[in-house]
Amino acid sequence: MALPNTGGLYSKSFDKLGRSIISLVEELGHGGALLWECLYWFCAGPRLGQPVRLRLILSQMMEIGVTALPIVLIMAATIGVMQAIQGIYALGLFGAESRVGIGINLATVREFGPLITAILIAGRSGSALAARIGTMTINQEIDALNVMGINPVRYLVAPALLAMLIMVPALSLVSMYVGMFTAGLYVQADLGISLAAYAKDAVDILSLDDLMHGIGKSIIFAVLIGLIGVINGASVTGGAEGVGKVTTRSVVQSIAAIVFTDMIFAFISTRI
Amino acid sequence: MSSTLQQETPDNNAESVITVEDLVMYYGNRKILKNVSMEIRNGEIMVIMGGSGSGKSTLLRQLMVLERPHSGTIKILDQDVGEMPAQELYNLRKKLGVAFQGGALFSSMSVGENIMLPLHEHTELDPATMQIMARMKLEMVNLAGFEDLKPSELSGGMIKRAAVARAIVMDPRILYMDEPSAGLDPVVSSSLDDLILLLRDAMGMTIVVVTHELESTFKIADRVTVLDQGEILFIGTVDELKNHPSERIQSLLNRRADDEMLDPDAYLKRLTGEDVNGDATL
Repeated sequence: MALPNTGGLYSKSFDKLGRSIISLVEELGHGGALLWECLYWFCAGPRLGQPVRLRLILSQMMEIGVTALPIVLIMAATIGVMQAIQGIYALGLFGAESRVGIGINLATVREFGPLITAILIAGRSGSALAARIGTMTINQEIDALNVMGINPVRYLVAPALLAMLIMVPALSLVSMYVGMFTAGLYVQADLGISLAAYAKDAVDILSLDDLMHGIGKSIIFAVLIGLIGVINGASVTGGAEGVGKVTTRSVVQSIAAIVFTDMIFAFISTRI
Repeated sequence: MSSTLQQETPDNNAESVITVEDLVMYYGNRKILKNVSMEIRNGEIMVIMGGSGSGKSTLLRQLMVLERPHSGTIKILDQDVGEMPAQELYNLRKKLGVAFQGGALFSSMSVGENIMLPLHEHTELDPATMQIMARMKLEMVNLAGFEDLKPSELSGGMIKRAAVARAIVMDPRILYMDEPSAGLDPVVSSSLDDLILLLRDAMGMTIVVVTHELESTFKIADRVTVLDQGEILFIGTVDELKNHPSERIQSLLNRRADDEMLDPDAYLKRLTGEDVNGDATL
């Protein structure tokens, strides 16, 4: 009796795995090169008469930061209240509801503020960046920039990346304060702990290290969102359908990278 | 206007502004350009034509320095672009203009902003002067008054004209045009041909046009390069092309001439489903 031939199946699986790894390494290398090129344009651009334009940076900051403020505020407020509800319930099992502020404030500053903000920006601005670069690639607008002597990394990528680097931490900071504030309001209403007492607890428990932990990771998230959006946009093929695919891919990859990096960052920063 | 313009042909002994020698280009394992050699003279309109997959778009990308060749040399304005450092290439690009097939206008900007973009990036002119220059170029392409519109508000022909205006705003030495007539009706296509002739005669530009439209080629070309499967079949004048004894070239020309797209009546019939004399086609 002939045995089923599984050699082809294994071979195909290994082939697919190998290609995925090569593709991942290529994209990491591409990301590193893009980051380096952005730094080059920030430093050398003015000397070469090709500066990264402030007008473009401000326009990107408006797009990434200011227009995202309402949704960030709503999400931060909602998650603040959610944390308060869950915290009071969990600590209530031990009769320690009055200590709920410690957990809420630490979790918001070190984790939820930067994480939720980054996920929102990845879904909103990272995808928009991928779609923009993808559409421009398909419409030959990137080629047009090149032929006009306008470096696309200087003109498109560097302003978006710098805007991300400024606005993601800024929005994270806003998100932290709003999250803590709305949680404080809920705690006051539910447990009768005054907002002033809740705020004093927050000041006592939070250190500069906690704040830097949150802001530090939001800076890394900003770089990840920007680079993943650009790399996906630039790799577009196949017209409008291709733009849709790279946009979706960009969001999925950004969120996965944010969560994975968050875990690594949390592990390293709590061990050192 | 066009007949007058056509009579002004450039000097046959003019200097070369683009020289290509033994150019080879691969995509993967496929050899797209096979030892292509050609020269383009100052002030001439060189039309590069060929069927789909002949390598004409790849050759144009090489001439625009969007890709580097695998072997061979390309000299533009006496500079070898093969190993050219970035800053020198940046300076060279200021002397090149490109009008892409789809226009490649930036959709987030108005027509005027699109045209002023190269001025913003490469000059220190004040905004008022830039606006005047942009308006001048728009007048040249018959689009005066459209500067505040977005590209999405323009027709196909107007987008191509706006793209030409942007391409010439820096008064380039060489203008590349990729399929300028593609997707346009015969009337608009003919007016674009007139514009190309005007640019050569009024501004002294060297113009490289990639097209597969025979009518347009016959009207505008000073010389024609015919590409087939990555090889140059022919380089010469329109008359030389028409009278060339090669069966390959003649079959290419005849095949094109039979195309109903070249016949305005047939084109209208196809569009409307009616004969041009008004009889409905069942």
